[in-house]
Amino acid sequence: MKELSLHLLDVAKNSVTAGARHVDISLEEDPQGWLTVSIRDDGRGMAPEFLARVTDPFTTTRTTRKVGLGLPLYRLTAEQTGGSLDIRSQVGRGTTVTARFQRRHLDCPPLGDLPGTVAMLIQGSPDIEFTYRHTTPNGAVELSTAELRDILGEDVSLAEPEIFAWIQDYLTEQEEQAAVDIDPAAMIEGEIT
Amino acid sequence: MKSLEELKAIREKMKRQMDVRESDENTIRVLVGMATCGIAAGARPVLSAFLDEVDRRGLTNVSVSQTGCIGVCRLEPVAEVFVPGEEKVTYVHLTPDKVPAIVEQHLVNHNVVTDYTIGAAE
Ligand SMILES: Nc1ncnc2c1ncn2[C@@H]1O[C@H](COP(=O)(O)OP(=O)(O)OP(=O)(O)O)[C@@H](O)[C@H]1O
Ligand code: FES
Ligand SMILES: [Mg+2]
Repeated sequence: MKELSLHLLDVAKNSVTAGARHVDISLEEDPQGWLTVSIRDDGRGMAPEFLARVTDPFTTTRTTRKVGLGLPLYRLTAEQTGGSLDIRSQVGRGTTVTARFQRRHLDCPPLGDLPGTVAMLIQGSPDIEFTYRHTTPNGAVELSTAELRDILGEDVSLAEPEIFAWIQDYLTEQEEQAAVDIDPAAMIEGEIT
Repeated sequence: MKSLEELKAIREKMKRQMDVRESDENTIRVLVGMATCGIAAGARPVLSAFLDEVDRRGLTNVSVSQTGCIGVCRLEPVAEVFVPGEEKVTYVHLTPDKVPAIVEQHLVNHNVVTDYTIGAAE
């Protein structure tokens, strides 16, 4: 995938598929270029044996319905930048997927369209409570669907195209303020310890 | 700056529209495939283009939603269009620039854009 935000969209969709009622998405950037992306849900969770397999496409057993690609690709992308992927999950309670990326690494994809991604997740699951938080050394972006629903009431769905457009524009303005430019001259190649 | 106040205004406008809405059985449905393969192939901007176009034209009888695997990875991005009383149409290899024609010709004027359908691609 060409953008980290596309991975975010894909991995957060797993939470939706897992029947989550709440999904909390957070991105934290530190001054050294490390980005921590965490997606926490209260969906059905995964058993330890299953969890051990999901990030490795090659150990998937034949009995598995199909080989998932989302998490293995996500792990690969994080590791290519010198970062890592960590999944904590408990059956019946939920899952937290945390990935670390070094944004200055040459192999780190750009963040891409975060506002479009978040707006789309909300549009696709208008009844799930989403929170979104992106903090950088320059500022913070925040959105909670509970707050939007307070304003919109019960009759207006978060799936409406006009609401999608509003959320996208609202986040775009905030993201522009908080954005951190990655200086290509400061890119790091190879191993980071 | 966009403000939550603005959202209140949108709510009031939409509440007024609710009264003139088509009933559910007359709603045209667009489903965009958003499985991993669809997302990787460019489904996000395609879905975005459908939402933008439906919003821009104020089409209150169209619902745009997302679905998982449609089962044709190599033809992604894929969208299915369900017009009540007509056969399902599957559009394949979509890009955002193909979307306005589908909205105008198919969703508004009920003429299938055959060039972009699965039949044309196979
Ligand atoms: N948040 C989650 N909660 C519960 N189960 C999960 C979660 N995330 C992943 N899983 C399980 O791990 C499997 C693998 O996920 P992965 O995203 O790698 O592939 P997939 O979603 O099955 O298919 P795709 O290739 O379309 O992403 C899922 O099918 C699901 O069973
Ligand atoms: S996994 Fe590609 S269409 Fe289903
Ligand atoms: Mg997945």
